[in-house]
Amino acid sequence: MKLVFLICKKEFKSYFVSPIAYLLMAFFGLIFGFALYTATRDVVRMGFQAQMMGQSQPVNLNDMIIRPLLGFASTVSLFLIPMITMRLIAEEKKTGTIELLLTSPVKDIQIILGKWSAAMLLYLCILGMSVIDIAMLFAWGKPDWRPVLVAYLGLILQGGCLLAIGEFISTLTKNQIIAGGVTFFVCLLLWVLSWSTAFDSGATSQVVNYLSIVTHFENFAKGVLDAKDIVFYLSMIFFSLFITSRSMESLRWRS
Amino acid sequence: MIKVEGLTKRYARTVAVDNISFEVEKGQIVGFLGPNGAGKTTTMRVLTCFLPPTAGTASVAGFDVQEHPIEVKRRIGYLPESPPVYPEMEVTEYLEFTGKLKGIPSADIKKRVDEVLGRCAIGDVRDKLIGKLSKGYRQRVGLAQAIIHNPDVLILDEPTSGLDPKQIIEIRELLKSLAGNHTIILSTHILSEVEHSCERVIIISQGKLVAIDSVANLTNRLRGSESVALEVEAAAGSPNPSDVQVRLEQVAGVRSVVMKDSKDGRLTFEVESLQGRQIRADLARSVVNAGWNLSELRPVGLSLEDVFLQLTAAEKKGEAPAESEAAKQ
Repeated sequence: MKLVFLICKKEFKSYFVSPIAYLLMAFFGLIFGFALYTATRDVVRMGFQAQMMGQSQPVNLNDMIIRPLLGFASTVSLFLIPMITMRLIAEEKKTGTIELLLTSPVKDIQIILGKWSAAMLLYLCILGMSVIDIAMLFAWGKPDWRPVLVAYLGLILQGGCLLAIGEFISTLTKNQIIAGGVTFFVCLLLWVLSWSTAFDSGATSQVVNYLSIVTHFENFAKGVLDAKDIVFYLSMIFFSLFITSRSMESLRWRS
Repeated sequence: MIKVEGLTKRYARTVAVDNISFEVEKGQIVGFLGPNGAGKTTTMRVLTCFLPPTAGTASVAGFDVQEHPIEVKRRIGYLPESPPVYPEMEVTEYLEFTGKLKGIPSADIKKRVDEVLGRCAIGDVRDKLIGKLSKGYRQRVGLAQAIIHNPDVLILDEPTSGLDPKQIIEIRELLKSLAGNHTIILSTHILSEVEHSCERVIIISQGKLVAIDSVANLTNRLRGSESVALEVEAAAGSPNPSDVQVRLEQVAGVRSVVMKDSKDGRLTFEVESLQGRQIRADLARSVVNAGWNLSELRPVGLSLEDVFLQLTAAEKKGEAPAESEAAKQ
């Protein structure tokens, strides 16, 4: 556990000595802020119109603003995650520092968990940028805080899942660009899978849809905490970290 | 301390290491000698649990590299060919990280870091980013990383590559001071490196073990006949080159005299002795007694290439090394 923490600390720090962490946080903060601006502007406009027609109704901030916004955040994270994970193992392989890690008295799984948790921490920092915007809604409105928490839990679980997949892909190559590109492709694929039930509800489509990361996020976004979604995410994280450790072991046999 | 038996490592198409067996006693410094691609790095990687062997076994301090890798890794310090440093880290930060990684308790870490900073003479760059350091400093940071947890066994892959002569001497001194408590295996393709710092030599070529012996034995075996370069000053056409040649050939114990060069009034010869004869003193006396000026007399060292050609040729033909040397020429 101490070693996991040690590797996590080192890895997290190295995100912040390069511009990557700041860039991702700024990028996400900007785009989320802009989305918030347009969403609130439209809601306010609609409110005015409704008032002018004499049918004043209280605006539901959760449904009108927070839910679509956090759904949007989940989509944006598909783009950010490859940039977080691409260097995790690929860079160590490129510079040869992987030899230091693999010849130190550390278990593979400790290295993998350390790196994954560092990526998780950075992801949390990036999500943290959106908390500022959501907090503003709480300052001037009265949204229900429980569905917001559930949606954030969903974002965290979804992120953890994609980060673990990204880490696995990063073990496969020593080229960061390839690692990032393939991870991006896989993220997109997992998103697109959810479209399979749009016009077809056969058994195969249902299964394909179930495998999509985004499908399971939808419940969280609605504020519904369903055990089956949590189990799906946790088992995906576990499975991805497991194949990462297999892949690390095979590094020794292949290299 | 280190025991390797029948070690074989096969890659997809090539056999990198082919059935190598050797043992290293505690406290010895052993040189691992071979040309590029001989399998030195592969053998070291197997010993450090970085690569699994295809066949055979290797053990460090009684622990098998495949059965108990963590125990083995705890007892070794490893410096790979390119030092495994993170350019974005400061030197002390890096050493603290590697130290903790190797299980040094947090309470002792500062003390250990200060100690290795001093030992490897990198105290003056302790707060610099590793990415800004020169190759020599980076190499020494890598070495500091290898010795930080005071391992029983040190495995160093070409520890002196990229260093300037002064630094090379410092590293040699450092290695000597580490021997005794530590068992050291270092790989190199420079013969003088081995002569200076190692007690025993393991020579491998194309994945096969060619020789394993003490340094003294090996050099004696290879230098059975002495080869001497000799330079005589000649003023105004005298002495005549052929006169000198004849006179040198008359010295007892000389097998052949070859004139190498004559320019700017300097005549250069290469003289080879018969097996086991010391001829340098006699040669000098002979030249001086003839009234000529002897300006240089030095033994010609054997380069690693010669050692290799001799040893590998001897392996193939089953001949004595000295004779295959003659056959080569």
